[in-house]
Amino acid sequence: MSETNSNSKSKLHGLWALTNRDLKKWYKAPVIFLLSIIQPILWMGLLGKAMNIGAIFSGGTFTMPSLTPPLTPSQLQQLGSYFAGLQTSILQGAFNTTDYFSFMAVGMISFTALFTTMFSGMSVVWDRRLGFLNKALSTPVSRAVIIFSKVLSATLRSMFQAGLIILIAVAFGLQFGAGFSPLYVLGVFAIMFLICVGLSSIFIAITIRSTRIETPMAVVNLINLPLMFASNAFFPIKFMPDWLQTIAKVNPLTYTTDAVRQLLIFSTDWTQLALDFAYVGVFAVIAATIGIVLSWRFLSK
Amino acid sequence: MSEEVIKTEGLTKVFNKHLTAVDHVDFSVNQGEIFGFLGPNGAGKTTTINMLITILKPTEGKAYVLGFDIAKQNDSVRNVIGVVPQEYTADEDLTGLENVLLCADMYGIPRRIAKERTEELLKLVELTDFKDKKVQIFSGGMRRRLELACGLINRPKVLFLDEPTLGLDVQTRAATWNYIRKLKKEYGMTLFMTTHYLEEADALCDRVAIIDHGKIVVVGSPEELKHGLGGDVITLSIKDDDDVSELIREVEHVKDVKREDGSYRIKAEYGEVTAPFIIEALRKKGHTVTKLSLTEPTLNEVYLEYTGKSMRDAEESREAFAAQRMTMRRARQ
Repeated sequence: MSETNSNSKSKLHGLWALTNRDLKKWYKAPVIFLLSIIQPILWMGLLGKAMNIGAIFSGGTFTMPSLTPPLTPSQLQQLGSYFAGLQTSILQGAFNTTDYFSFMAVGMISFTALFTTMFSGMSVVWDRRLGFLNKALSTPVSRAVIIFSKVLSATLRSMFQAGLIILIAVAFGLQFGAGFSPLYVLGVFAIMFLICVGLSSIFIAITIRSTRIETPMAVVNLINLPLMFASNAFFPIKFMPDWLQTIAKVNPLTYTTDAVRQLLIFSTDWTQLALDFAYVGVFAVIAATIGIVLSWRFLSK
Repeated sequence: MSEEVIKTEGLTKVFNKHLTAVDHVDFSVNQGEIFGFLGPNGAGKTTTINMLITILKPTEGKAYVLGFDIAKQNDSVRNVIGVVPQEYTADEDLTGLENVLLCADMYGIPRRIAKERTEELLKLVELTDFKDKKVQIFSGGMRRRLELACGLINRPKVLFLDEPTLGLDVQTRAATWNYIRKLKKEYGMTLFMTTHYLEEADALCDRVAIIDHGKIVVVGSPEELKHGLGGDVITLSIKDDDDVSELIREVEHVKDVKREDGSYRIKAEYGEVTAPFIIEALRKKGHTVTKLSLTEPTLNEVYLEYTGKSMRDAEESREAFAAQRMTMRRARQ
């Protein structure tokens, strides 16, 4: 009878069941699952390979303006290697790596974290509209568990996609930094976990108040790309105008992206990496606290 | 434990500080009865049920479910109640079985026990053959039965049903009524339901509360309420032209007689018992009854009497609401 199932259960019962319910919508639906794999490939192809910034310096053949006296073949060769060296040092100086594709592929990981967490917040609106949320609220499952299951499912999904992006990027020719060890991938998952928990807590606090799907959609569309481009995901901060640098320097995506780059493609600067983790970690704790408290207050009105 | 399974004292809910959805409602529901909350759209039925199932906090007043305070002991309340919501809340992307197991997990029921109960409940609602099919393909009636199975997974002592037959066709509605009756009869369960279908309240409920503008206007069994109106209407005609009004009025239980165009409109309690006495009384004086009809008052008349309006208008807007919700659900796919 009911007494027997009220005693021997923890405060967290139902967390995995609710998380898995959301995840099933993704991994049990072949089309959605496939699309979520194709999406990063598409972006990497477009941004990383089509916009091949390295090629700007080396790809085009150009004729020298006719000089008198004409250059000897050995002089021409010298000039060629000078420009090649220039290209390498420009890329190294700008992106801290000579391969723009590697730089950008890592930015894709932050990009995925942002998009996945934003859109999975939408499922809260559906749960509200279709009455599932009310049903869950009438059961002894904790309010915090209901909210955290949403956070967790978005986070797990993003982490899976991050792993996928690394694999795809390696297939496309990602150049690992000196001293890279496969163990560093665990670090990537750790930073992804932190950023996703933070981001999705905020989005859920926003979406849970809305009964219409259009409202959070508009909010997401308004902030996702600006947030993305006001970070170092695709372009280094130091070339941005000052006002944009200010935004980029508080944007947690900047620190996430930097942490992943430190781990994967740069020769790791441990001090910088520790700083990145600290920043994203503090962001995650604050955002999750605010998000969960706001959602909780909304649910127990 | 007391006989009163649900008890409310001045239960009130005010939204946004000025919209009073439920206004100082007092009622009690006894062990083992089917209690119906009857009222039009926006009368406060769902708000009341949502307070009782602890998803809304009352602004004022108190309510107890099996002795637990809904505001202070909400977790204890949640453990002993089952809820069948108005909406189809089952997840379309999951199978019937997965949905019921999900409900079990929300109650923290160990997997082994949950599996046994799920089998048992799916059999009860006759969905065993469809347990591994996605809910997407379920019909409205099947979804409603699945909700019922979910609502029963924790073996509740009280089951709350919010508009259990909204949007169902006549046959499915009748089948749902049978499940509800079965729960009462075989499990001795107490059921609290809201409905805006008068015939549903009449057919199912032991007692009914009519709610209008957030206030309970009357509580009683459907029979009591109907008789409370002054009874049935008997219409009869006699062969000759004499006025027999006084003669009829003397018969026991007759409350009022009106002569209209040669026929008599008689208000009487227990019409089916009183009518033969009227015929007998008339025959003794040499009058022959040529025509007689008996109309029993329906809950619609009760409703009309207490709220001053017919249920029909409210009903139409409800159907439109249900249709709109279906459209939205399709749009989601």
